[in-house]
Parts: sequence; C-alpha cells; structure tokens
Amino acid sequence: MEQLYLIWQGMPSLLSGTLVTIELTIYFLALGFLLGILLALGRVYGPLYLQLLVIIPFERLFRAIPALVLLFLFYFGSSFFHINISAFMAAILAMGLRSAAYQSEIFRGAIQTIGEDQMKAARSLGMNTLQSIRYVILPQALRLSIPSWANEYAVVLKDTSLAYAVGVTELLRQGRYIVARTFGNALLVYTVCALIYFILVFIGNQLLRFLEEKYKIPGYEIKTRREQSVLERI
Amino acid sequence: MPHVILKVENLYKSYGKLAVLKGISFQVNQGETKVIIGPSGTGKSTLLNCINQLTPPDKGRIWLEEIEVTNPATDLNLIRSSIGMVFQHFNLFTHLTVLDNVRLGLVVVKKIPKDKATEISLEKLNQVGLADKINAYPAELSGGQQQRVSIARALAMNPKLILFDEPTSALDPELIGEVLNVMIKLAERGMTMVVVSHEMGFARAVANEIIFMENGVIVEEGKPDIMFHHAQNPRTREFLHKITELYGGKAE
Repeated sequence: MEQLYLIWQGMPSLLSGTLVTIELTIYFLALGFLLGILLALGRVYGPLYLQLLVIIPFERLFRAIPALVLLFLFYFGSSFFHINISAFMAAILAMGLRSAAYQSEIFRGAIQTIGEDQMKAARSLGMNTLQSIRYVILPQALRLSIPSWANEYAVVLKDTSLAYAVGVTELLRQGRYIVARTFGNALLVYTVCALIYFILVFIGNQLLRFLEEKYKIPGYEIKTRREQSVLERI
Repeated sequence: MPHVILKVENLYKSYGKLAVLKGISFQVNQGETKVIIGPSGTGKSTLLNCINQLTPPDKGRIWLEEIEVTNPATDLNLIRSSIGMVFQHFNLFTHLTVLDNVRLGLVVVKKIPKDKATEISLEKLNQVGLADKINAYPAELSGGQQQRVSIARALAMNPKLILFDEPTSALDPELIGEVLNVMIKLAERGMTMVVVSHEMGFARAVANEIIFMENGVIVEEGKPDIMFHHAQNPRTREFLHKITELYGGKAE
C-alpha cells in the first residue's frame, strides 16, 4: 500500500518526464526525417561530389559513433568552441543527426526499390525532377518505408533515455529522482518507467501499422504468411 | 507540302565503347504512323528515348515541328509534355488510381484546374474503353488494361506525337488485341505515332512506313507493301520473313 502511494505521489513528476521524453522523440524523429529524406534524395539523384564529400561521410560518421559519445561531444564539446547550448538542444542535435543518418538509409532503400521506370514515366510527361519526386517517387517511397521506420521510432524513443547523461530531465531522470528521494524503491520505480516506455513504443507502433494499412496500395500489397494461409482456407 | 512533326537528323549515341546509334535520320509527317522493327539490341528503344531526350544523344539534331529539341536552350519539359510515351512495361504510377494516373500530368505539368483535368481524363479513358475502371489501381488491372491506361495518360496531354516502345511485347497473347485495336483507332483518327513493335499485322494495317533498323543504322525504309514484298536488302527480307512467321501477319 505504501508503495502504491509512493508511485501515486511520484506520478506528476513521472508524467512530466514522459512529456519531455515525447518531446525529445518528436524532435529527434522530425529532424531525422527531414534531413534523412534530403540525404536519401541526394544519395540517389544528387551529384557525385556531394555524395562522396558530404552525404556518405556524414552517414558513416553518425552511424559509427555510439549515441552517448555523440551526446557528450555535442554537449561538452560545444563549450570548447565557446558555443553555449542547453543539454536539451545538444541532445536534439546529436540524436536528431544520428537518426537522420539511419533514416536516410531507410528512405534510400525505399527509393531504389521503386526503380527507374516510375521516374522515366514522370519525366516523359514533362515533370521536372522535383515534381517527379514530389508526386511520384516520395509517395511510394514513404509507404514502403513505414515498417522500417517503425523500428527507427522504437529505437529513437528508447534512446531518449540517454539524454539523462547530459542532464535532461526526461522520464528516466525523474524516476531516478524519486528513487533518490525515497531510498530503495528502485525496482518499483524503474518498472513503472519501463512500463511507460513500453506503452509509448506500443502506441506508436500501432499508429504506424494503422498508417501502413490506410495507405497500402490496392492490389500491390504482399500478403504475410498468416494472411495468405487465412485466404487459402476461405 | 506535308506538315513535318518530327525530324531526326544524323543521330549518334554510344554507351562507353558500345555505339548504339550510328547516324539515324528520318522524319514523320502529321498523321503518319511509322513502325520501327529490328533485332533486339539494335537501338530502337534508345532511339525513342533520344527523341524526347530521356537519353540525350551524343550527336545529331532533332526537331519537333519547328522547335529544335537538341538545342540546349529548349525547355525540355515543355517538349516532353507534347510528346507522349508508352512503355513496354506500362510504367503506370502504382500508388495512384487510373483516373489520377491520367490526370496527374494535366494538373502538375499543364496546371489545368482539377475539374477540367478530370473531364479531359474521363474522355480519354472512355476513348480507350476503361471508363468503368477509373477508381481501380494499376495492380488490380490486367496488362492490356494497364497499357490502355498508359495510352490514355499519353493522350490526355494532347501530344503532337506519341512514341510507343514495344507496347505489346510484355502482354499475354490474348491481351495484345485490345491494345492494338486502341492504337489502330488512334492511327485512323490521325494521331502521329512512332511505334517500335514486331506486330506485323498492326504494321500492315496502319503503318505509312516501316523502318528496319539493325546495328544502329536504318537498313531500309518503305511502305509496308513494298517492304513485305519487294524489299531491296536481303537482310530486310530475311528479318521480315522471320518475324512474320513468329508474330503472324493477320489483321489485314
């Protein structure tokens, strides 16, 4: 009973931490999404020098360095250049750019799956490259990206907890405060934190599944084995 | 004087060391249908792609009416919007309905208001006999239906010329007829067309001229009658004989 009361008391701070976690997730994913699409388009349609000198090194670098190291570099490293940024901003830059590197690979794969023929048809109608990308390539590529993007969503959401290390008061840090205040309720408090992360990932993935279903192209979907076996039995 | 729609002059194209087109010249007058035949790897598709500059040629000049397509100052998107193209594998936009496939170019390229664009699209879809399929997606259609949509898509742009790149060679035999019938009607209505195809029945029925290409050059060109019965070049005779055996020469 006492323990339940403890969680009840801690709920407001856990929830405010959850809000920060959600906020971080949105920023990370949004930065990663916008930049990721640009990088992917650059990888497929951009000039070679841009790919070799900028895009590929960026992607390699941000995928090869551990997230925590990136966070420390952006937060503690920025003061070396006499730039003063908050922990929150440092986290957005480090994790957002990192997600961009991963997302660009998701989008590049999807764009390349679509193939040359679609682009050729669009160009043959007189569309310029940007129009072709906007109306023909991206609508298809984004649909194809949803399953892998759901993965990225889960990873990025969970990685917001790393922002703890540079002092952002997100969910895990709020949990840590409660544990420190109340001595020794670590298992309970962290379990509640884990549950909140789980719920967030679960809801997000359900939403993405819903999107995938809503925007799937009739006649074009590849049935999963379960769906197929259901169809065969009918 | 016939009105010249397309003029191709001394066209060259190489991929690395492989010379695909080695000096192609021909012209197409308004309302004419020219059928290009020849063994695979001869550069027929490359030639079509060069005409609307999806593949820029290395050398040579092309005119669409009085506009020089190969002039670097020419607005290629404008040129492409007035040259229709029908592909071997249809290349319909898989994420769009039949109606949107036909309408997209009108709305995006020609900036025609949506209701007017819809009207035009419906008319063209009606013309190819697919008015009842406007809300279907490409993957829900047969190959023949898909190809007819792609013809409607080309027609909607009100092109001066339509290029057909082996429009029936990816189709099941029983679906070829419906596509050819649409093309024959187009030819009869006076559409200017350049068709890469081995459908000899079609060639005989509507071609003003057959062009036989081999190894990047035009070996011989002439009216179907003359090409079939009095071809000058022995290679032309041999090739025509072979494909007539394979594809048949019916539909006369």
